[in-house]
Amino acid sequence: MKLPIYLDYAATTPVDPRVAEEMMKSLTMDGTFGNPASRSHRYGWQAEELVDIARNNIADLVNADPREIVFTSGATESNNLAIKGAANFYSKKGKHVITAKTEHKAVLDTCRELERQGFEVTYLDVLPNGLIDLNVLESAMRDDTVVVSIMHVNNEIGVRQDIEKIGEMCRARKIVFHVDAAQSAGKTPIDLAELKVDLMSFSAHKIYGPKGIGALYVRRKPRIRLEAQMHGGGHERGFRSGTLAVHQIVGMGEAFRIAKEDMDKDRAHIVALRERLWAGIQDIEETYVNGDLEQNVPGIFNVSFNFVEGESLIMALKDMAVSSGSACTSASLEPSYVLRALGLSDELAHSSIRFSIGRFTTEEDIDFVIGQIHNAIDKLREMSPLWEMFKDGVDLNSVQWAAH
Amino acid sequence: MAYSDKVIDHYENPRNVGSFDKNDPSVATGMVGAPACGDVMKLQLKIDDQGVIEDAKFKTYGCGSAIASSSLVTEWVKGKSIEEAQQLSNTEIAEELALPPVKIHCSILAEDAIKAAIEDYKSKKAE
Repeated sequence: MKLPIYLDYAATTPVDPRVAEEMMKSLTMDGTFGNPASRSHRYGWQAEELVDIARNNIADLVNADPREIVFTSGATESNNLAIKGAANFYSKKGKHVITAKTEHKAVLDTCRELERQGFEVTYLDVLPNGLIDLNVLESAMRDDTVVVSIMHVNNEIGVRQDIEKIGEMCRARKIVFHVDAAQSAGKTPIDLAELKVDLMSFSAHKIYGPKGIGALYVRRKPRIRLEAQMHGGGHERGFRSGTLAVHQIVGMGEAFRIAKEDMDKDRAHIVALRERLWAGIQDIEETYVNGDLEQNVPGIFNVSFNFVEGESLIMALKDMAVSSGSACTSASLEPSYVLRALGLSDELAHSSIRFSIGRFTTEEDIDFVIGQIHNAIDKLREMSPLWEMFKDGVDLNSVQWAAH
Repeated sequence: MAYSDKVIDHYENPRNVGSFDKNDPSVATGMVGAPACGDVMKLQLKIDDQGVIEDAKFKTYGCGSAIASSSLVTEWVKGKSIEEAQQLSNTEIAEELALPPVKIHCSILAEDAIKAAIEDYKSKKAE
């Protein structure tokens, strides 16, 4: 067993050995190293062919046309291109954008930039399980709304939004609908021939591909237009200039091909491990699952252990690589904005841990982790004045705390 | 996390974790911090008739350096008079534990906990 045990697959995944092997074939002199934009010789043609194959594999996973796939450097760039590109292009129609408070920073910060450019942005509240209330979304839609951007699966709590219904609502009003699918592609079926999604962001490194490569799906029918954010040689039909990174693209294509092939197998494996983990720790008192255990991807499992502080918990869980819902790097500790948006108290938000399980996690890993969690929680609660007060029946909300 | 060995040691093997009966007249209790800020320290001192700290215990909800700061303080105050304990400053704590700048507030909290406990002792005496 390799320590620390890696349970941070939502942050990134190791590259699948099958993917790495393919990538290595397009780097060196004896490989396909050419520039796919070179039209005058075989090196270029061969590289272009590899890019086409990858593009087909990516389109296949989500049932799209390969001509609808635009390569970018990752989901952050895809989100930037989609939201700013569409908002800018359609700004004559209106300057209102809708998103949610629990979106990834790549969406929220892009929306902030649009606000600086004169757009108005509505940040939707979410329900306590993280889902968007479609009535709230509907009442936020206006005649001047040009873009709605809602993530498919949340990176912190794993909750899966109903993009089918949201798509219908947007299409009926001719609003461009963008979906950040960085955490969902390859983990849950996506059918873009059926879904009324206009733009969708993808990342390779969340599904066993390399970092530094992603894609944006841009619908052709009805045709969605974007203002390019990167200018140059007019690559990717003018949407995104820059020489194509063939080895990265090959890696992403292979990762998406495997994801489609292994989706059911991966899913069954991960569901079983998530259930094993939950069964092993749910007897710990004052333990809460954040998000929704039904409408989610099983690989992301977010739990709060009340009366234990997140950073000390991470220290106690030193033999596993997990993420904490709080970042205690400044005098005032900042709990996760996603968990706060669910309405969690500061204490519960501070005491949350995200376990993200993946293709290479084993039962042995999970069993080891269960034991470590029990030891850590016992030790820290023994040391926690809040736990002592809770056990004495003190209502912590009635205590006059001195904020500092 | 770039913590010093001393922080790790206090975190792994915290000294004097526990509680005294807070209604005991010789016990002084100082509770500082707030759950919303991510740290709460409870420091208890057992003080004899001569005003010397015989024993100390703590419980802390907080990050590794908050736990280490409070653990260290319980070691330092033992055997000191309350006047001497009052002189302990956060800089000494931060220095001893080599706390990174973003964690200085943990040492301040530990100093506050000593002061709060001594206040509690004085108000108990006045009664």
